[in-house]
Amino acid sequence: MSFLDASSMTGGYGAADILHDCTLKVEKGQIAVIVGPNGAGKSTAMKAVFGMLRLRAGKVTLDGEDITGLSPQERVRKGMGFVPQVNNVFPTMSVEENLEMGAFIRTDDFRDTMEQVYDLFPILREKRFQNAGELSGGQRQQVAVGRALMTKPKLLMLDEPTAGVSPIVMDELFDRIIEVARTGISILMVEQNARQALEIADMGYVLVQGANRYTDTGAALMADPEVRRTFLGG
Amino acid sequence: MSTRQPGAARGGKLRAPLLFAAMAALIAIEAATTGWNGALVIVNMGLISAILALGVNMQWGYAGLFNTGVVGFIALGGLGPVLVSMKPTPGAFSAGGWGILIAFAIALVTIMAAVWLNRHLTRMKGLAILAVLIAGFFLYRAVFDPAVAAIQAINPASAGYLGGLGLPTLLSWPVGALLAAGAAWVVGKTALGLRSDYLAVATLGIGEIIVAVLKNEEWLDRGVLNVTGIPRPWPVPYEVDLQADPGFLERVAAFGLDPVTTSTITVKLLYGALFAAVLLVLIWALQLALNSPWGRMMRAIRDNEVAAEAMGKNVTGRHLQIFILGCAVIGLAGAMMISLDGQMTPSSYNPLRYTFLIWVMVIVGGSGNNWGSVLGGMLIWFVWIKAEVWGPQIMHVVTATLADGPLKQHLVDSAPHMRLVMMGLILLLVLRFSPRGLLPEK
Amino acid sequence: MDILNALVAILNYVVVPATAYGAQLALGALGVTLIYGILRFSNFAHGDTMAFGTAITILITWALQAAGIGFGPLPTALLALPFGIAATALLVLGTDKIVYSYYRKVRAAPVVLTMVSVGVMFVMNGLTRVLIGVDEIKFADGARFLISAQEFKKATGLAEPLAIRSTQAITVVTAALVVAALFWFLAKTRTGKSMRAFSDNEDLALLSGINPSRVVAMTWIIAAALATIAGTLYGLDKSFKAFNYFQLLLPVFAAAIVGGLGNPLGAIAGGFIIAYSEVAVTYAWKKVAIYLIPGFQSDSLLQLLSTEYKFAVSFTILIIVLLFKPTGLFKGKSV
Repeated sequence: MSFLDASSMTGGYGAADILHDCTLKVEKGQIAVIVGPNGAGKSTAMKAVFGMLRLRAGKVTLDGEDITGLSPQERVRKGMGFVPQVNNVFPTMSVEENLEMGAFIRTDDFRDTMEQVYDLFPILREKRFQNAGELSGGQRQQVAVGRALMTKPKLLMLDEPTAGVSPIVMDELFDRIIEVARTGISILMVEQNARQALEIADMGYVLVQGANRYTDTGAALMADPEVRRTFLGG
Repeated sequence: MSTRQPGAARGGKLRAPLLFAAMAALIAIEAATTGWNGALVIVNMGLISAILALGVNMQWGYAGLFNTGVVGFIALGGLGPVLVSMKPTPGAFSAGGWGILIAFAIALVTIMAAVWLNRHLTRMKGLAILAVLIAGFFLYRAVFDPAVAAIQAINPASAGYLGGLGLPTLLSWPVGALLAAGAAWVVGKTALGLRSDYLAVATLGIGEIIVAVLKNEEWLDRGVLNVTGIPRPWPVPYEVDLQADPGFLERVAAFGLDPVTTSTITVKLLYGALFAAVLLVLIWALQLALNSPWGRMMRAIRDNEVAAEAMGKNVTGRHLQIFILGCAVIGLAGAMMISLDGQMTPSSYNPLRYTFLIWVMVIVGGSGNNWGSVLGGMLIWFVWIKAEVWGPQIMHVVTATLADGPLKQHLVDSAPHMRLVMMGLILLLVLRFSPRGLLPEK
Repeated sequence: MDILNALVAILNYVVVPATAYGAQLALGALGVTLIYGILRFSNFAHGDTMAFGTAITILITWALQAAGIGFGPLPTALLALPFGIAATALLVLGTDKIVYSYYRKVRAAPVVLTMVSVGVMFVMNGLTRVLIGVDEIKFADGARFLISAQEFKKATGLAEPLAIRSTQAITVVTAALVVAALFWFLAKTRTGKSMRAFSDNEDLALLSGINPSRVVAMTWIIAAALATIAGTLYGLDKSFKAFNYFQLLLPVFAAAIVGGLGNPLGAIAGGFIIAYSEVAVTYAWKKVAIYLIPGFQSDSLLQLLSTEYKFAVSFTILIIVLLFKPTGLFKGKSV
C-alpha cells in the first residue's frame, strides 16, 4: 500500500460532485504532481485529501491508517502538512513567529526543526525578524512551506506553490521541494506549470473534470505524445 | 410562533393585517384602561416613530447602510419649524444676520480654496492648505463672533436668537427634510464607499455634533434655553380656541360631551390624521420606488455589492442617494415631532432614545419591509412608553418580599431603567430567532 | 516675553490633562481594536462595558471604604479594580457564550455582529443604570495632588502654577504598565502570539491547530480588563456618569480608526492624537499668548472651539483620516 492512498474519492461542496472516483497515491519520499486544465478539480482533489471537503465515497489512508473521518487539524497531527495557495502566511508576524505558529501543536522542543527550515531556506534565517507580509512573493512562499514543515510532516501538500512567482524563483522553489523530498517527506503538489512540475515528479496525475485521465511517472507523461499535445502545449 | 426563518413568515397574506389588527387592539385596550387622551398621545408619537423607522429602513433595509447618527438628523429636521414657522426676532437680522451670512460665506470660500489648492498644488500643498484654513478660520471667527453677540443681546430672556421666517408650519416640514438631507450629503460623501463600520462611526459623530450645535448655538435656536410656542401646523387648532368657539361648543353639547376633553382629543385626532396622511403618502411613494427598476437595483446592490459593481452599477453613488433620501425622511419626522411638541429642547436628544430605539423598531418590524417598519415603529414605541410604567410595577412585585430598606428603595428607583435592558433583549431575541422581523421582506 | 511661564501654562492646561485623557482613550481604543482584529466587528457595547466595569469597581470601592480598608495615598478604587475586571470579564464571557458565539458559528456578516452589539449595549447600559444610577459619582480618594499648584509656585517662583493631580499621574503610570504588559503578552507568549496569528489569518491559524475558542475567550477577558481599567481611570480623573461613558464611544472609535483598526500600536497613537487635539482645540490660548507676545491685548479667549464641541474634534480628525488614509495612520486591517 502506498504511503498516501486516497482512492476513489467522490464528492463536492454542494449538491453536485466535483470529484468523480478520483485516486491519488504518493510513495514515501516521492513527489507526486497533480496537473490538468483549469477547473479540473486539482485543488479540490488536494483539499479532499486534507479533509476540507466531505467525501461521499472513497477512502484516504496515511501510512496505512484510515484518516477518512478526520478533520484537517487532526490530519495535521497525523503527519500532514498543507500549504494553501493564497493567504498562507501571517503577514504582520515575523518569519520566526510564522514558523513558531507552524509548530503550535508541538509540545516538544522544535528549535532543531526551525534550524532545518533555516538550512533549507537560508534567506529566511536572514529575514527571521522581518514581517512575512513585507517579503517578496517567492520568499513568502518559502515561509509558507517552512511553516508547514514545522510539524515535521510525513506528507507535505502544496497548492500551486509557484503561482505568481517569476520563472527563476519557480526553479529555485522546485529545487527546494526536491530537497524536502530527499529528507524522506512525501510531496503532493498541484501545479499550473505542468511541464516544469512533471520534470521533477516521480508520479503525475492528469485530472480532467474531477476524474483521473492519465496516471504515470512524470517522465512517462512527458514522453506521452497525447499528454504533450493536449495538456503541455505540444 | 416558530423560531425558524420559514416559520417566521407564517401566516402568509393574513400576517400583516392580523399583526396590525393586534396593534390596534393594544391601542384600544390602552384607551379603555387609561383613556383616549393618553392612547392618542402614544398613537401620534407612534406615527412619527413609524416615519422615522421608514427612513432608517430605507438606509438599512434597501441598502444595508448602518446609520448611527439618526438622533442628529431628527434634531436637524426639528430645526426646520424653528427657522420657518417662528416669528422673526425684531432687529435680530439687521443686528447680526448679515454678519452670520458673511461668516458662512467666508467659511465656504475657505473650504473651496482649500479644495482648489489640494487639486492644483503639488509642492508645499499641506502647508498652503493649512495656512488658508487657519486664516479663513480666524477671519470667520472675527466676523461671526460679534454678529452672534449682537443677536444674543436682543431681549435674551425671551428671544436672543434670529427667530424664524414666520411662514406656515407645514412648509417647515420639507425644510426640515432638506436640512437633514444636506448634512447627509456631507457625511455620505466622505464616509460612503469605505467599510460599513466607518459609516457607522462617522454618523455616530455627526449625530453628536449636530446635537451639540443645537445645544450651544443660541443665536440659532436658543440652545438649552429652548424655543417654545412653535406654531401648530394647519389645520390643527389650539384647545383654548376650540373651547372658545361657539360652533364647536354647540356640536359638543349636541353629543353631550365634555368640551375640555373633547377639544384635546380633537386636536390629537387632527394631528394623528395629518401624520397618518404623511405616512401613507410616504409608504405609497416608497412602495412604488421599491418595485421600480430603481428599487430592484438597490436590492441587487445590497445583496451583492461586488456583483453589482462588476455589472457597472455605481454602488457608492446609489448608496449616497439612498442615504440622503433616508435622512430626508428622518428629518421630516424630526420636524413633525417638533410641531407636535410645540417646542425645541435640544438637550432631550438622547442617542439611545432617538437612534438606537429606532433601530430596534426597524429590526423588530422587519428590515426591508416598509409595512414592517410602520408596525415596528408603532409597537416598539408603545412598549417603550408602557415599559416605563411596567418596570416599577414589576419591581414592586419582585421586591414585595424584601424588607423595606435602601436596597429595596434602590431597586424600585432604578426600575424605569429596566426598559433599556428590555429593549436590548427584544433586539437580541429578534436578531437571533427571527432576524427578518415580524413582517419579513418578500 | 515670558517663555517659561507660557511653557508652564501649556504644560498645566494642555499637556498634563491631555496625556491623562490620551492614556484613557488609548486603553479604550486598544479594547476596540483587539475585538475588531480578532472577532472582526465594531463593538458598540464597548463604552457601556467601560461603564459597567467602572460601576462594579465603584461598588467594591464603597464596600472597601465602608470596611475601613484603604490604599494609603492611592485611591481605594485601585484595590477594587481586580474585582471589577473579574466581574466584567465574566459578564462579557457570558455575553459571548449566550449571544455572540452563535453568530460566529453561522459566520454572520460583521455588520450583523455590530447590530448585535447594539442590543448588548442597551442591556449593559440598563444594567449599569440599575446597578448604580444615572447620577454623577466621584470616587477618587487618597492624596489629591502629586504636585500642587501652591508647592510648584513656591518652589519655582513662577507666576503660573503647575498642578499634577495624583489621579492623572496614576492614570499615566497604570496605562503605561498595562500597555507594556499587553505588548509583552502579545509579542512573547504563546497565547499572545496565537491571538495575533488568529487576527492575521484565521484560516491558517485554524490549520496550525490554534484553538479558536481559547483565542476568543482570551480576547474578551483582555478587552474587559482594558475597558474596566480605562473606565476606572477616566472616572478617577474626572467622574463617573453612565451616559458620559456611552459618549466616550466616539473618541474611542475615532482613536482606533485613526490609528488603524486592528493595530494595537495604532490604537495608542490614535488615543493620544485625539486627546491632544481635543484639549488643544478647546483650550483658551489667551494666557499663553499674553506671555509670549508682549503687549498682547484681546477680548477673545483665543479658544478655537468651545468645550461642548470636543466631539467635533474627534470627528474632524476621523474624517480627515478617512479621506486621505482609510486604513489609518498605522496600517490597519482593510477588510
